[in-house]
Amino acid sequence: MLFEKVRGYFSVILTGRKGWAAMSWAGPEDIFLSTSLASYLDKKLLVLLRDGRKLLGVLRSFDQFANVVLEGACERVIVGDLYCDIPLGLYVIRGENVVLIGELVLMSLLMLI
Amino acid sequence: MLFFSYFKELVGKEVTVELKNDLAIRGILRSVDQYLNIKLENIRVVDQDKYPHMLSVRNCFIRGSVVRYVQLPPDGVDIDILHDATRREARGP
Repeated sequence: MLFEKVRGYFSVILTGRKGWAAMSWAGPEDIFLSTSLASYLDKKLLVLLRDGRKLLGVLRSFDQFANVVLEGACERVIVGDLYCDIPLGLYVIRGENVVLIGELVLMSLLMLI
Repeated sequence: MLFFSYFKELVGKEVTVELKNDLAIRGILRSVDQYLNIKLENIRVVDQDKYPHMLSVRNCFIRGSVVRYVQLPPDGVDIDILHDATRREARGP
């Protein structure tokens, strides 16, 4: 069996009652292999939830469970061709409800394409 | 660990991830982790008209727990290596 050393991730791994922890800091080469949400920090994101809701906001914090803090969050309600935003403010989303986190391309950039 | 290692080999290949909410997303596999969370780049939603909110999204992070299928390119798989690795894994420590 390939033993993969979890090197270069800042993470706490707890197993059963033994509760051992492994922590180390990310090295530059590890950023490419990590599925960390760190690259999405301070970016405007679309978060899809399990109940079908779409939340938009700026990512301020996250953890290994994909719990997420969104600043200036709003819920985008889409009906046919129409949509509206319900402002929500500062939101903490529990990771188990998260389906997908998408990085939004700014509309002004899209206009240039 | 087996599938984690396997997906790491597929980084850079184009895959289609079908989620439990029936959303299917095609994109280049950028990274994977121990929970089989997936990061895709340059995504294209299958059946774009049904999901207009995804239009402005180029890259995304998909939580491993919501994945139903990961559809792979047929040439992206070396079945024999996968077979051997599975047998080794099944044999136990």
